[in-house]
Amino acid sequence: MTLLLAIILLPLVGAVAVAGLRANDRLATAAAFGFSLVTLALVAPLWLSYDPDGARLQQTSSIDWIPPFDIHISFGIDGIALLMIAVIGVLVPMIIGLLGFTDKLPEGRSAGGYLSLILVQQSLTIAVFAATDVFLFYVLFEVMLIPMYFLIGGYGGKGRQYAAVKFFLYSFLGGLIMLAAAIGAYVHAADELGTGTFDWETLAQVVPNAPLTTQIWLFLGFFLAFAVKAPLVPFHTWLPDAAGEAPIGVAVLLVGVLDKVGTFGFLRYSIPLFPDASKELAPLVLGLAVAGVLYGSILAAGQQDMKRFIAYVSIAHFGFIALGIFAFTAQAQVGAVTYMLNHSLATGMLIIVIGMVIARGGSTTISAYGGMAKLTPVLAGMFLLAGLSTLSLPGTNSFISEFLVLLGSFETRPVFTTLATIGMVLAAVYVLWLYQRVMQGPVRGDALLGASGGPGAVEAPETGAKKSVRDVSLKELGVLAPLVVLIIGLGFYPKPALDVVTPVVDQTVSIVSTASDSEGSNE
Amino acid sequence: MIASSWLLVAFPALGALILLAGGRRTDAWGHLLGCATVLASFAYGVALFFASDGKPTDTTLYSWMPVADLQVDLGLRIDALSLVFVLLITGVGSLIHIYAIGYMSDDTDRRRFFGYFNLFVTAMLILVLGDNFVSLYLGWEGVGLASYLLIGWYQWKPSAATAAKKAFIMNRVGDVGLALAIFLMWKHIGSVSYTEVFAGIGDVDSGVILAIGLLLLLGACGKSGQFPLQAWLPDAMEGPTPVSALIHAATMVTAGVYLIARANPIYNATPNAQLAVVIIGAFTLLLGAIIGCAYDDIKKVLAYSTVSQIGYMMLAVGLGPIGYALGIMHLLTHGFFKAGLFLGAGSVMHGMNDEVDMRKFGGLWRTMPITFVTFGIGYLALIGFPFSAGYFSKDAIIAAAFAQEETWRAWVFGGAAVLGAGLTAFYMTRLMLMTFFGKRRWTELKSEDGRDFHPHESPPVMTIPMMILAIGSAGAGAFFVFNGQLAEWLAPSLGALQEAEHGVVPHSAVPFIVVGISALGVLLAWLIFGRREIAVERQPVGAVVRAARSDLYGNALNEAVFARPGTWLSRALVYVDNKGVDGFVNGLAALLGGSSGRLRRLQTGFVRSYALSMLVGSFLLVGLLLMVRFA
Repeated sequence: MTLLLAIILLPLVGAVAVAGLRANDRLATAAAFGFSLVTLALVAPLWLSYDPDGARLQQTSSIDWIPPFDIHISFGIDGIALLMIAVIGVLVPMIIGLLGFTDKLPEGRSAGGYLSLILVQQSLTIAVFAATDVFLFYVLFEVMLIPMYFLIGGYGGKGRQYAAVKFFLYSFLGGLIMLAAAIGAYVHAADELGTGTFDWETLAQVVPNAPLTTQIWLFLGFFLAFAVKAPLVPFHTWLPDAAGEAPIGVAVLLVGVLDKVGTFGFLRYSIPLFPDASKELAPLVLGLAVAGVLYGSILAAGQQDMKRFIAYVSIAHFGFIALGIFAFTAQAQVGAVTYMLNHSLATGMLIIVIGMVIARGGSTTISAYGGMAKLTPVLAGMFLLAGLSTLSLPGTNSFISEFLVLLGSFETRPVFTTLATIGMVLAAVYVLWLYQRVMQGPVRGDALLGASGGPGAVEAPETGAKKSVRDVSLKELGVLAPLVVLIIGLGFYPKPALDVVTPVVDQTVSIVSTASDSEGSNE
Repeated sequence: MIASSWLLVAFPALGALILLAGGRRTDAWGHLLGCATVLASFAYGVALFFASDGKPTDTTLYSWMPVADLQVDLGLRIDALSLVFVLLITGVGSLIHIYAIGYMSDDTDRRRFFGYFNLFVTAMLILVLGDNFVSLYLGWEGVGLASYLLIGWYQWKPSAATAAKKAFIMNRVGDVGLALAIFLMWKHIGSVSYTEVFAGIGDVDSGVILAIGLLLLLGACGKSGQFPLQAWLPDAMEGPTPVSALIHAATMVTAGVYLIARANPIYNATPNAQLAVVIIGAFTLLLGAIIGCAYDDIKKVLAYSTVSQIGYMMLAVGLGPIGYALGIMHLLTHGFFKAGLFLGAGSVMHGMNDEVDMRKFGGLWRTMPITFVTFGIGYLALIGFPFSAGYFSKDAIIAAAFAQEETWRAWVFGGAAVLGAGLTAFYMTRLMLMTFFGKRRWTELKSEDGRDFHPHESPPVMTIPMMILAIGSAGAGAFFVFNGQLAEWLAPSLGALQEAEHGVVPHSAVPFIVVGISALGVLLAWLIFGRREIAVERQPVGAVVRAARSDLYGNALNEAVFARPGTWLSRALVYVDNKGVDGFVNGLAALLGGSSGRLRRLQTGFVRSYALSMLVGSFLLVGLLLMVRFA
């Protein structure tokens, strides 16, 4: 058994164990936390054993699944998948740690049920990134919706049912179209080789030889699934609902990791399998990407609800990622891949901090807060740090990726890139404006002053604020500290992450540059 | 020695880290640590200054962002230009840190203040020491962050929070310019390091060089409060006065001038970009001076004075080899006297219960003699009183402006610079008269806790830095008299200072013209504000003063062009996204599916609606595709 298989299976074993502990919430939480830590610990040797300059797929394993169609259960990782698996490993212990602080379970539900869903989700998400059989990838792509559906629908806010169904259907239908395209690829392989296959490495040899028209249709099939997942404008409307209704920990998992399957798909499937089509349709994707940057940013600025705010910020960031991927330079694409990592950390921290704010005030509405920095200075500082990383301030992790995306994209696509730089200014607007409304000015707002007289409305004498509005506790600080270290650490020393992905990206970019030049790719 | 130059940055960085991460445990001694780290950097800077010959020495600390053929290092360049800045930042910085011990003594968060102050010094040192444009960018946005944090120091005041946000956002606009300039360098020259970029300019199309020059200028305008990005700087006075002195007068706001001087090989290759720099400088120096004449808020007057003086520096560095060293020279003398003036203003406010309205001052020379004398020396230096620091540095710029080859340029820009000198003398004399002379117009001061409050001189921890800066303002001039020693020192970085040969006005006549015009300004101010009583209440004013008090409508313009349409657009799009994109899909599904009520109840309705939305998305995609392909 490879190390990779162990990392996929361990959370699944954990999920079963934790589900068995539904009677005891404390024990269930401790067990889930333990399993997630061991998984994280296993990522370290996985990282160390990965050779960036070696074969594209490493830690490979394969067993037969449906022999008539040459379908295998096969796994393997490249540098991009490794980065994603590492970030899941880091985030899941935090998500478990958040239970009880920012996430309260609904009446009558056990921690065991919630946490085993989280662990199943972790296992499936790792497996999606590790799958090297296109059919297996499709199956996992759809199956991984199921735990998320229950996490949103079962543990979310008021509109959770609507949000969960919407999330599921958008992704599911996108996936179905991808299945059709995957079968198309199979058929093409059958035409060329005599026997069809879903093996990624074989398909990556064969499918690029398909005529441009075929490639374009297959590309669009995959693209639709990934554009919904990522999400790109105009396929984005499920995300604000899903992220807005999901519990904080689930939102971290959804926005931080699950959505990355979309951009990962561009890199692993769209470009290597359909290089000519990728080149041909790049202007279209870039247009959607830049539209996403601007549209997401402007909408983020206009949001009244903190959790929906995060969704729109992410839409803007996915625009940057797509821009970097389809600009086809090494710098831009390395930037995009590290953006996937850095967005998980920065937005993950922002969601968690916002969750802490909401846990204190009880409202997700921005205007219910004001002047909170005076009551909770450390929380305000953390809020600001997460915000600064979100707006890609140099010295934070996100700067590296955004800068590389723009620098690299400008080389081939100056017009699109220049438009996207407007997003840099807009990011400052939406982050600092949110910070001002929630944290600065005089202490105000129903959520802090408890005018509604809800639970915890006992006033602290000196400020008139609710008793529940206290600064961050040591345990909360324990969740935030690793993120702070990673955000600043990767801001000043991103080399380990860059080195892992550069060879893979070089290879992906060269696939496109050597692809037959059907038409000039000028803007 | 030079190999360890990272220590310059490491001291204040460590200070910031300890003070910000240490929390309340460091309250007792935090301010002392904050001062010590900057003093340590200063001491190291002095040692480096004597060890260095001014020639560029690049030290790579480590490889920061290596991707394929892109190499971005975190590296430091020690040369004449960066060392001069190091001494200014850490020298004046140390004095202002010490002053802040006294000024911030009543603030319960003084330790955090020093943490931010150390953070600023760290970022500013990275800005001037970086050996490539990306390291510079790190410092460039880093000082923007420190500035944001410190302008918003009194964050519970909505005005302070708004001013901080405004500063950051307007700076970001400039930063985009800087970023795009870097992208152009990478695309056309294939490097971001100073050495390789400057060496590669010769091979690049002149249009690209022009674009780089103009984009760098946009960055400089944002950071240095130059037109059209000047509106944030006066608002930045919401921060505590030591912040105004260090960041918004002596160091950070001059970073734009540094950028253009540093990029001198680029500007030497593109005369049109140089002309743009000169135009911006000349226009802004007049704009700042005119608005400075109208305000009654002592800090706002000084802020617009800063805008105006940086205009002089921009004008100088835009002149090319005859001006680079002059711009830096004025930057240094300005660093001394303007920091001194701000500390003086802070001392006045400290003694006057944080009052900033000059109409409520008057006759303060009696109660605050040390402040009066030190402020007075700064005043003389700023208006260019003969043989003061400002006299040498400003006159040199004006002479160079008159010495351009094209006659119209010489008259226009030289004339603007002379006019600016007259206006400077006017508004500063007005400020002196209203603050220190005349009858006392303050009565019955009450402090917040209700005690009686009497204007008083500040404690020695504040006045001693003021005295040292005053000596610098008076004495720094002497430093330049010795036949342009500074220019000679800067030659390895900026090229030799070329003597302006001809001019529309004889070189020797310039000082007389400038002193004459300045004297006129002083006289006029005295006639208006010295002879007569100054009313404490606001008086009805004419259209010009009203325009000046509205910042010549700069804010109104920003509001009308960016802020309001932006808000509308945002609101409209939120509506469209909630009702439109989603609602359109739902509505269409309802239309096709019959009853919309059934649709809401049944999940099958959802299915249809989302399937349809996917379909609509797909149609949109295919439509776009067709457009792209047949375009």
